[in-house]
Amino acid sequence: MEKIEYDYPAGAPAAQRVLTGVVGSGDLEVLLEPHDAGRTTVAVNTSVDGMKQVWSALLARVFASAELPACKIEINDFGATPGVVRIRIEQALEALREQAVEGQRS
Amino acid sequence: MNVDDLLQRASFIELDARSRARALLDAGSMRELIGPFDRVTSPWLAMQGIVTQSDDGVVVAKGTVDGHPTVVLSMVGEFQGGSLGEVGGAKIAGALELAAEDNRNGTPTRAAILFETGGVRLQEANLGLAAIAEIHAAIVDLRRYQPVVGISAGTVGCFGGMSIAAGLCSYLIVTREARLGLNGPAVIEQEAGVEEYESRDRPFIWSFTGGEQRYESGLVDACVEDDVAQIRQTLGGYFRQGVPPIHRSDRQEDFLACMAQIDTTRQATPEQIRQLYRKGLS
Repeated sequence: MEKIEYDYPAGAPAAQRVLTGVVGSGDLEVLLEPHDAGRTTVAVNTSVDGMKQVWSALLARVFASAELPACKIEINDFGATPGVVRIRIEQALEALREQAVEGQRS
Repeated sequence: MNVDDLLQRASFIELDARSRARALLDAGSMRELIGPFDRVTSPWLAMQGIVTQSDDGVVVAKGTVDGHPTVVLSMVGEFQGGSLGEVGGAKIAGALELAAEDNRNGTPTRAAILFETGGVRLQEANLGLAAIAEIHAAIVDLRRYQPVVGISAGTVGCFGGMSIAAGLCSYLIVTREARLGLNGPAVIEQEAGVEEYESRDRPFIWSFTGGEQRYESGLVDACVEDDVAQIRQTLGGYFRQGVPPIHRSDRQEDFLACMAQIDTTRQATPEQIRQLYRKGLS
């Protein structure tokens, strides 16, 4: 098991908490919580050792390229492929956006 | 189920553990206790280099079914095979104990347990087994006041010490995809030999331990389609029926008498088992 931590610039704090995925074979769990404005942290716990370069490249592509809400993210990974990791993170960010829209309506 | 029904139905099996609990409770009534963000995770898995899950594979959901207070305990079959360790076990046992306490204090709380489990988590063996014993005791305590309904939808099924917990439930609901047994197929094959029990022969395994066979043998109360509405309806029906006059587990002598009649010198067929149990239990 390997633990890797990352830090990225971000926008305003995320509005709420979101959970996606499951720690099952080839899958992962993403826990997303609001963070202080301007900063997103990602803590990865993965069952597969020696994949730090892949994690760095993948997460940089998601978090360094766009202005996203400031979140504290924890990832519990059970051997997911990079594609699955990206989908689970996008799913969490999408749920965040959808809940924000619902909040504005009500 | 015909093609139209198949396309229209909402699958229960395809829902994750949290969505299953939400689907069974009245809309908007679900409140999760000791949720994933409370981060009460297994301290033992991490020490053994295994990634933990934030809810330790058990969802404790409080809410109402048809307006009555209900607690739903939903197991995550995908995480470590739905195995039960110290934390997950304590969540289930604690929730059942609190429900019994509610009943003693005048709030008639019922419980549903969604079994997707291979039984005890080997990495936490003794603590997991102790927790399962606590769950057994808590089911027997609570079922005096209100029904405890077990549901095993699949595809993991229900094995090990938790199959005993399923046997202690007031009512048990399964689908054809579910399997129910004390030992899993791989364990039986390892102990008895491949000639006796071929764990990869799926039709053979399901013909003996699958939901339909268990229903026909009187070991479960209902075998339903993989459909949210049907499972919800069946659950509501059992809650309305209330505590059964005799629990299945009180009929252990009848079941043992059936088992004693099985001719173990030759391979039994699923049909023989059904007839034997039907005759012995009627």
